[in-house]
Amino acid sequence: MQKLLEEFVPGEKGVIVAVAGEGRVRRRLFDMGVTPGAEVIMRKKAPLGDPIEITLRGYELTLRKTEAACVTMEVKKK
Amino acid sequence: MKQFALAGNPNCGKTTLFNLLTGSTAYVGNWPGVTVDKKVGTYKKGAEPVQIVDLPGIYSLSPYTPEEVISRNFILEEKPACVINIVDATNLERNLYLTTQLMEIDVPLIIALNMMDAVEKSGDVIDAKLLEEKIGLPVVKISALKGTGIKELMDRAISISQKPREGVTVLRDSAIAHLVQDVNIALRAQNVEAPLFHAVKLSEMDEIETQMHPELVKMVDEFKSTFKDDTFGNDLEAVVADARYKYISANYSTAYTHKGAKGEKLTKSDKADKVLTHRIWGIPIFIVILFAIFHLTFSEDFLYISAIAGGLPSLEELGMDTENAGVMLLACFYDGAVFSPGVILTNLLNWLLEWINVLAEMACANAPAWVGSFVIDGILGGVFAVLGFIPQILTLFLFFSILEDTGYMARIAFILDRIFRKFGLSGRAFMPMVMGFGCSLPAMINTRTLADDKERTSTVRVIPFFSCGAKLPILTAVAGAIVAYFGVGNADVITMCMYLLGICTAIVTVILMRSTTMRGEVPPFIMELPAYHAPRFQSLMVHLWDKTKHYVKKAFTIILASTIVIWFLSSFNWSWQFLINEDGDNLRMNESILGSIGMLIQPLFTPLGFGSQLGVEFGWVFAVAAITGLVAKENVIATFGSLAAVIVGSLIATEDGVSEVTAMIQGTGIGIPGLISFIAFNMLTIPCFAACATARAELPKGKFKWTLLFWLATSYVVSMAIYLIGSWWWTCFIFIAAAAAAVALIVLWNKKHPMKKETVSATVGLDEAALDEAAVTREEKK
Repeated sequence: MQKLLEEFVPGEKGVIVAVAGEGRVRRRLFDMGVTPGAEVIMRKKAPLGDPIEITLRGYELTLRKTEAACVTMEVKKK
Repeated sequence: MKQFALAGNPNCGKTTLFNLLTGSTAYVGNWPGVTVDKKVGTYKKGAEPVQIVDLPGIYSLSPYTPEEVISRNFILEEKPACVINIVDATNLERNLYLTTQLMEIDVPLIIALNMMDAVEKSGDVIDAKLLEEKIGLPVVKISALKGTGIKELMDRAISISQKPREGVTVLRDSAIAHLVQDVNIALRAQNVEAPLFHAVKLSEMDEIETQMHPELVKMVDEFKSTFKDDTFGNDLEAVVADARYKYISANYSTAYTHKGAKGEKLTKSDKADKVLTHRIWGIPIFIVILFAIFHLTFSEDFLYISAIAGGLPSLEELGMDTENAGVMLLACFYDGAVFSPGVILTNLLNWLLEWINVLAEMACANAPAWVGSFVIDGILGGVFAVLGFIPQILTLFLFFSILEDTGYMARIAFILDRIFRKFGLSGRAFMPMVMGFGCSLPAMINTRTLADDKERTSTVRVIPFFSCGAKLPILTAVAGAIVAYFGVGNADVITMCMYLLGICTAIVTVILMRSTTMRGEVPPFIMELPAYHAPRFQSLMVHLWDKTKHYVKKAFTIILASTIVIWFLSSFNWSWQFLINEDGDNLRMNESILGSIGMLIQPLFTPLGFGSQLGVEFGWVFAVAAITGLVAKENVIATFGSLAAVIVGSLIATEDGVSEVTAMIQGTGIGIPGLISFIAFNMLTIPCFAACATARAELPKGKFKWTLLFWLATSYVVSMAIYLIGSWWWTCFIFIAAAAAAVALIVLWNKKHPMKKETVSATVGLDEAALDEAAVTREEKK
């Protein structure tokens, strides 16, 4: 099943399928290792619901929901 | 001397290694992106001395951030003899992404696998030999923290720096290998240096490269029109990034053997994070930590012991002789209440400075009066005013460094980003702003953690609006005098309201700037959250020492010069007569050059309620106080003290300054709106010289003069609004109408001129920055 990283709930796992967006934001996502094929665990949301924290390539990354909306994921079953 | 450059991701231990190699005291922090400008030192333990350049921490060599452009230009243009690529071994994949870009440049490259101690502790194994074979570059295991492997690293680095290396790329098997090859050949024909690097970047349609080699863009475009990747279409930037990571996963990651199931088990850092960024408790915990820091730094009633006990006796009430040296020392720690550590340090320093002052007075006893005044009021007075801040600034800095070093600072940005985005900023802007309540100087320096130039400029500009410790005496003295003289209101409430006014002004002006001159998208917030670790004593001390040095240097240069000028202007009249009497009191300041300047500019303050309407006799004092406030905001009330003497006939100096202000009210007949407007003006206008000097250093080139204008305009408009509305309430309609018109104009203008694509404008700006940077380094070389 596919959905956006933005819609993930804490604890959910998945593999990146595609990264949309443009320019600076997209490039920054690539540079931080958010590329197709990478495995992602959604860790938590900030107290105010945004941004979110994910584990990716063995480190913690935080990004906003608007940025997470650029990332399409294939959900991995537990 | 050979030059080696250190390159690597933010937070990979680069600065720690730099300090280890050079024995220098460069600052190390646990916040991604602490090193913004590059630092230089010398390594002397090898066969020959080597100059080490610490480049800013970067994730990539893209054209999008100033740090990346600086590093890229440094390596390409300065051609260091060797680049040491520091790789965080606990985070191999993402760190090697930068390596795959660095290896395309024709420069000797060595990989330092840092944090091996942490990898071994977790039981994981890295096969450095295998990695070296796969990458084709020397790989050395080190631990910058423990100091292991450094000798081997430097020996191998020196040996590979003997002969040049030609760049290689991991893209040779990828879908765009042909394009890279063709562009490479074309560049080689033009005798371009590091052709492979430029070829790859051109293939990505990198903004900097397409401007440098417009003739080759056609080649890439032609390729693009025929190229079609299954996932990315013809987006070559994406193809390249993807190919790099794929190559890393396929070839390099095999060298890393994980012991346990990674990411499943909870580390100590994860447990700490669970509490500190908890959905409900995260924000309250943060507020408590912040409050504790300010309490420890500024509170004159430590842990509220005195308040809880219902008031403790002061030393005088205990029957002690307050003139006695020992009792004076004791008074640094306790006087009616136990002081907090920050206040104790301040008192101790001031106690020491007091002694220096006494000695200076004794030394000048036989000299002419103006010499003594020059030394004591001109030089020492100015320098002490600045040095006196040091203990509290440093205490505040120490706490913020602990937050930064432990990794909590990055989480604060994470927690607060949601709120700050509303103002067009990111969560990282919070820390510098709140530090502004203590002192603008460390706050402005702290803006270096902001990635976006426009965000940074906006933040530096509003920092003085967060009323600093030195502005508090103005607030309490004037508020106290209002209550005492007019018998209305409550001094604490007035003070609180002024703080709120500052915050509101900051919010409004940030929104205003972000929709006019500092227009730009809300900067992206894609940030690494470093693992928590205990603060390291040594790195904290290094940090503090660095800040002290910086600050003291400023106190003795620009600030000293400006205080001497103000001293001169206020102590002499136009016929060069010295005005200060034998007791050292300036009772004739009204005749001074500064006084006449005050009278000249007095009409300018008429719309603000403290100008011509107060009469020529004494009305100019408010103007003069505003000028002396530029040296240090404490001077505002001190100026009142010496000017009140002109009115009352003898000098008054009280601790809280209330009687000085009351005397001024009696002398000038100023009303409440005028007084409030005066506080607001001093709070929002150009900050002290020390803050101005810092702002100038931290702002991008050419922005400082506009910043001064911005401070003047903001304080003028806000104070005018306060005075006019306070005096004639119906004028509020005029202000509301003006504000509405301004908002409407801005909205219309922004609609008519939609934002250009961010990437384009960013690159043009960066290009200039890059050129400046290159010019600077060239000069340094000379």
